Amino acid sequence: MFDFLIHGFDVALTPLNLGLAFLGALLGTLFGALPGIGPINGIAILMPLAYTLGLPAESALILLAGVYTGAEYGGRMSSILLNVPGDAGAVMSTLDGHPLAKKGLAGPALGLSAVSSFVGATIAIIGLTLFAPLLARVAVMFGPAEFFALMVFAFSSMAVMMGKDPVKTGIGAVLGVMIAMIGVDSGTGVMRYTFGLAELYDGIDFVVMIIGLFAISEILLMLEHANRQDAGDAMPPVGRVMVSLKEVLYCKWAMLRSGVIGFIVGVLPGTGASVAGAVSYTTEKRLSDKENTFGTGDMRGLAAPEAGNNASAAGSFVPMLTLGIPGSGTTAVLLGALMLYNITPGPMLFSERPEVAGGLIASLYIGNIMLLALNLPLAGFFAKVLTIPRWVLVPAIAILAFVGVYQLHSDLMAIYLMLVIGIFGYLLRKLGFSLAPVILGYVLGGLMEDNLRRALSISGGDMGILWQSGISIGLWIAAVLLLVLPWLLPRLLPGKSPARA
Amino acid sequence: MKFNSAFLRWSAPLVMGAALMTGTAHAQADGTECIAPAKPGGGYDLTCRLAANGLQETGLIDKPMMVTYMPGGIGAVAYNHVNGVRNDDPNLIVAASTGAAVNLALGKFGQYDASEVRWLGALGVDYGAIVVKADAPWQTLDDLMQDLKKRPGGIVFGAGGTVGSQDWMKAALTAKAAGISPRKLRYVAFEGGGESLAALLGDHIQVFTGDLSELRPHLESGKVRVLAALAEERVGGPYADIPTAAEQGYDVEWPIWRGYYMGPDVSDKAYNAWEDRLEKLADNEQFAKMREARGLFPMARFGDDFDGYVKKQVAQFKQLAKEVGLSQ
Repeated sequence: MFDFLIHGFDVALTPLNLGLAFLGALLGTLFGALPGIGPINGIAILMPLAYTLGLPAESALILLAGVYTGAEYGGRMSSILLNVPGDAGAVMSTLDGHPLAKKGLAGPALGLSAVSSFVGATIAIIGLTLFAPLLARVAVMFGPAEFFALMVFAFSSMAVMMGKDPVKTGIGAVLGVMIAMIGVDSGTGVMRYTFGLAELYDGIDFVVMIIGLFAISEILLMLEHANRQDAGDAMPPVGRVMVSLKEVLYCKWAMLRSGVIGFIVGVLPGTGASVAGAVSYTTEKRLSDKENTFGTGDMRGLAAPEAGNNASAAGSFVPMLTLGIPGSGTTAVLLGALMLYNITPGPMLFSERPEVAGGLIASLYIGNIMLLALNLPLAGFFAKVLTIPRWVLVPAIAILAFVGVYQLHSDLMAIYLMLVIGIFGYLLRKLGFSLAPVILGYVLGGLMEDNLRRALSISGGDMGILWQSGISIGLWIAAVLLLVLPWLLPRLLPGKSPARA
Repeated sequence: MKFNSAFLRWSAPLVMGAALMTGTAHAQADGTECIAPAKPGGGYDLTCRLAANGLQETGLIDKPMMVTYMPGGIGAVAYNHVNGVRNDDPNLIVAASTGAAVNLALGKFGQYDASEVRWLGALGVDYGAIVVKADAPWQTLDDLMQDLKKRPGGIVFGAGGTVGSQDWMKAALTAKAAGISPRKLRYVAFEGGGESLAALLGDHIQVFTGDLSELRPHLESGKVRVLAALAEERVGGPYADIPTAAEQGYDVEWPIWRGYYMGPDVSDKAYNAWEDRLEKLADNEQFAKMREARGLFPMARFGDDFDGYVKKQVAQFKQLAKEVGLSQ
């Protein structure tokens, strides 16, 4: 049954393919670390190169898959160090990652996130190896109604993030949803909130949104503090650089749970690393944040989204390899690469072209180990970014933000938009809003609306479709439980868990 | 602030690396570029890659062509971008198809109409297809049509475009051929063919009105059944077994050309150079194989011939839009 995998390791362990896996991992980490260049752009840049070099199909795929998984590793670096997510999947890693860096634990945070990424990816790759064809069948059972229920579940799990200021969290999420509404309405083709500007037909692009909201507002905050001389503002010296075994073990359940969650989210077509990071973080906070330390630099709050987003990257290969349906934007590009080589993805791929399917899966195992080996020692090195003085750091981030957005859109309008969003984000932060609900509202709200509309056009307007299937009913129940249990439990079991109340 | 000397030593190559990377991005701006006005992986992506790989492999361009994605407004964003921002870029071509012509006819591209850009040429043509899941009750197009007549609102159609898009047109014309008003049709708009196909396989929709070329990877899998090709006559190769709609007694045709346009203010010199390039490409035997591998059929219209063809087509679609009750 696993002949394809044995054959795959034969393919992946040739010197050329090992070298390509390493190159992909290295470039991917770099692409991920630079804000604005994510896995999609990285692959789009390298794909013509792979084709021009005349690489055989499996080698090209190994290189590109290395870039993809590497980018999910790299995205966390700027999240932790600068509070700026390096790519879409790393948004949630800022929440506890950056506070850790502020405590002087940047090195251990980077090390821990590398280990979590490794654990998450490993879980997902094993899942991919064992269950791919089975999971593919489950994934297509997710129709618009099920996706809508999934989004409701995701929103209700966000309720844990309400924390000290529920009203501001709610307003933030609604603002995010409103931003997601901008652009052409997918159901009818009507323009919404575009004010006649063609550039807004497209809606607000994800990269523009996160770079504006996080990077630009961070720059503005740094500038505001630049003239102050108070020492309390400075970053503490970088202490020890390696993460300790004890810290890793402390987070083991966070990593394992989030790896499984991320894998499942990744397998579903239409949801990617950003949703995976959000759901794993909120679930972990719900399950283990007994002392209310999440958001203040809790190691588990960093391990969860990192394990989740890496697992989702490997998970999105399931529908791509077995059904020929991309599970994420990045696998859509990879699918294009497969078609260039005249390869038909689908269940037949494993028997007809075992060197491609097996080689790719084997290279994911190898690439994952390479990425851990590459990222652990680098943690201490990258942590030193924090010792760079503000007057160097602020312009450097600004340059990266501008270049990143411009190379994506080749359009000045995107830059202006990024600046407007940045000022908006800065004002929100000055008013005491957290940015995470805004970005989650933006990501989940768009998906939620599209799928609601689709479900209702299938049923001809009958709301019943939303809770017709077993999957949706299960998700609805889970969502309600998430909202009600924390309120109900302390009342039903008085004295048992007073800390929760 | 005290600097670690090792860090200083390493920062130089890092900065150089970053500079080189931005340099590469910049250098590519000097090369040729094709904008695919959609998300990666769809028909426009395929169209751009056809030109990019074809021109590269036949040596008609020396540097790889950059393919960029500009999704939104089913092509409106790219159309307006080329009209408003990069209106005279001699190195930029934009992928277009029958779908763009439909949107132009419906006035969906805002203030601009079909005469605003320079239509460059088409490298291939594809045909619409009516697809159902392999275990669906309908064996022929006629089975589906008879059933549709009985319960027009009971069969859910879906495809990758909004109501009014070319994907919807295929569904609307099919319904019209069965004597059913397209307004009664139950239609779900997905984001691209991939999502629609997933919905078909998951029994969320019953009929997918897609394109033949995007179905190629799924023909052998045995998971779907193509009831009809919306072509004038049977197409060859792997599609030889698929009957046309006309064969089955329903007069529905939907050819989808895959071509390119350039900005309105591009010089004649640049336009003619591109026309020449594409014409040479279309005659190349190696390219013919590439086109076939992508499930596209030959179509050779370039320059003024193509420009006239598109404008005429847009005029026809305007008429059609009135018929199916979409005119604005």
